[in-house]
Amino acid sequence: MEEKVRSFLNSSFGEAIIKEDNFRGQQSFYIRPEVLVPICQSLLENGELDVRFLADITSLDWLGHEEEKNGRFELVYNLYSLSHQYRLFLKISLSGDNPRIDTLTPLWEGANWLEREVYDMMGIWFEGHPDMTKILTPDELEGHPLRKDFPLTWEQPQFSWNKDQPPEVVK
Amino acid sequence: MGLEEKIPDSIILTQLDKMVNWGRKWSIWPFGFGLACCAIEMMSTFASHFDLARYGMEVTRASPRQADLMIVAGRVSVKMAPVVKTLYEQMPNPKWVIAMGACASCGGVFNNYAIVQGVDRIIPVDIYIPGCPPRPEQLMDGILKLQEKIGKESLKDRREEWGRRAV
Amino acid sequence: MLEEKTVTLNMGPQHPATHGVLRVVLELDGETVVKVRPVIGYLHTGIEKTMESKLYYHALPATDRMDYLAPMSNNLGYCLAVEKLMDIEVPEKVKWARACLAELTRVNSHLVWLGTHAIDLGAMSMLLYAFRERELVLDVYEACGGQRMMTSYIRIGGLAHELPKDFDKKVLKIVKVVRERLNDYEKLLTDNEIFINRTKGVAVISAEDAINYSLSGPMLRGSGVKHDLRKANPYSGYENFDFEIPVGKNGDAYDRYLLRLEEIRQSLRIAQQAIEGMPEGPYRAHVPGVVLPPKEDILYKMESLIFHFKIITEGFQAPFGAVYQAIESPKGELGFYISSDGSNKPHRVRVRPPAFVNLAALPRLVEGSLFSDVVCAIGSIDIVLGEVDR
Repeated sequence: MEEKVRSFLNSSFGEAIIKEDNFRGQQSFYIRPEVLVPICQSLLENGELDVRFLADITSLDWLGHEEEKNGRFELVYNLYSLSHQYRLFLKISLSGDNPRIDTLTPLWEGANWLEREVYDMMGIWFEGHPDMTKILTPDELEGHPLRKDFPLTWEQPQFSWNKDQPPEVVK
Repeated sequence: MGLEEKIPDSIILTQLDKMVNWGRKWSIWPFGFGLACCAIEMMSTFASHFDLARYGMEVTRASPRQADLMIVAGRVSVKMAPVVKTLYEQMPNPKWVIAMGACASCGGVFNNYAIVQGVDRIIPVDIYIPGCPPRPEQLMDGILKLQEKIGKESLKDRREEWGRRAV
Repeated sequence: MLEEKTVTLNMGPQHPATHGVLRVVLELDGETVVKVRPVIGYLHTGIEKTMESKLYYHALPATDRMDYLAPMSNNLGYCLAVEKLMDIEVPEKVKWARACLAELTRVNSHLVWLGTHAIDLGAMSMLLYAFRERELVLDVYEACGGQRMMTSYIRIGGLAHELPKDFDKKVLKIVKVVRERLNDYEKLLTDNEIFINRTKGVAVISAEDAINYSLSGPMLRGSGVKHDLRKANPYSGYENFDFEIPVGKNGDAYDRYLLRLEEIRQSLRIAQQAIEGMPEGPYRAHVPGVVLPPKEDILYKMESLIFHFKIITEGFQAPFGAVYQAIESPKGELGFYISSDGSNKPHRVRVRPPAFVNLAALPRLVEGSLFSDVVCAIGSIDIVLGEVDR
């Protein structure tokens, strides 16, 4: 199955695949952002590979490691084939300022809320999404919490010796 | 009621106090405000194994306008805080609040941007129950202490000025 | 003159039938639902960000608090993901014990689902029966881990302590008692005319729509797709057990109810096989520097004391890379994506929440039907707000 996926993707999209990786038995392809929707479309239409299930959309923030990762943000698409019980990953690197990518909602309805959560927590904008609003954080909160430069904002706990001072917020 | 503040201090009023407190503490109607994991332990306490109905809390009302005791069970996030305050203000006097669990008392395990560090920053709390989540027996112990506290109240207290009071 | 308009109704965050703090904004035309929009985030805790600032061991109790009805399966998913990242092989006994506890967790979660779903539809006594059965499972949890709900008993590399001495007696008692009482619950609800009228043909979703919406767990199996991660990509010794996967036909709420009852029966079957065939052995893997040594060795051996101190205060260095491990939790496919940048703290822990993805399909299930079907649909999806909001 691993060989079939590799040969299929290399034959149709050979020049857009930057690298292939296999860590602990998981096959992942680093691709360019423009070919995301065509690759997913062709995987959906290919009846033999039968990759029809979008399991997850994850976003990572590599602040401080931008040179080796070719960009600050990394998006990981987690695809699964039900008949072959095989999982594969598509990884995309996006630059730090104004990260944008096309949405997958025309292909999979399940991508709707997953992409909203990625926008809310990491700040990556998805073009063409029907309802790009905050989903988890309160409306007053500005910024994107899962970025590395957003502080955790934890407070000093109050004991008996500092109970009269207001709690100081440590960033 | 405004009438009892105008009656001078006398023995009739203390007997009236005792009777009213006895009636109030044995028929509390809880407003189970279950938010997270502590809500499941609260439901276990109301169920048949650790039956809470034998202490008079037979009926849990869903609407705040018909309830006496608000048990804040679970973590209060920043988005939920205005809702908690609105619900507390909708409850009619006399009302009491129990902060159940570590997250409602002081923020608990979660010390970050998204959780209010203790529900007593928003509403006045009478009893704090530690635990993550507290066992049903701990919740019942807290409720019995609340009943002791109600027994010491007086009709002449001004309820609107209540803040955090020591037992 | 009078004109007909739709009414916007708010089923607010505090509601007896929404299983937690879920807000649903409905547009109604009389009694028919025109548009529904769930609003979540009232329990957002920032668990993923908290786990990034702690060591791998210290981040483990935070996973308990996500899906708080099935706490041991969250622990199991996280520990399997970290063990995959660090390439640790656990002993056979640990695998069988973990599978047994995961199945008891499934029984626990489905019983609570049954109780709350039935009380939403009006059958009050079912809640009391379900919580009575649940006390037996919580007894086992307390004997193992000391706590009724958030045990954190499944640790990286094995279990926290040795299994208690009367573990097999307790589990066999649960198997016997719950099996008999399930027949009573079937008599209460399965052929009950009111229950059938309220759940048959309600909240229907077809198989292609279920795959399109990325549903998993009983939502997907209720529509006819036979997919279960315990059989498809077995983990933690599930290939040794003999069990079946129930599949529904129509994809409505009644099929999902029958399916979850049958899942409880299969879980009891797996738990019985696990107890009868449990091998002997250590309860923790022996990987010095990564897995904590057993507490008894600390009193006698110097290296164990040093390793214990170092692992708790500094942790272990993980290799550079990212892994994904998915397990079949009672709600669906629970996945942990852990990415490491070579240091002792995780760089990113992503939890793929099954309840979040399943809840996104609520508009599809309910639009066009009556208002009381919304309550039935929310109950039938089996959401836990701690996992939806994290």
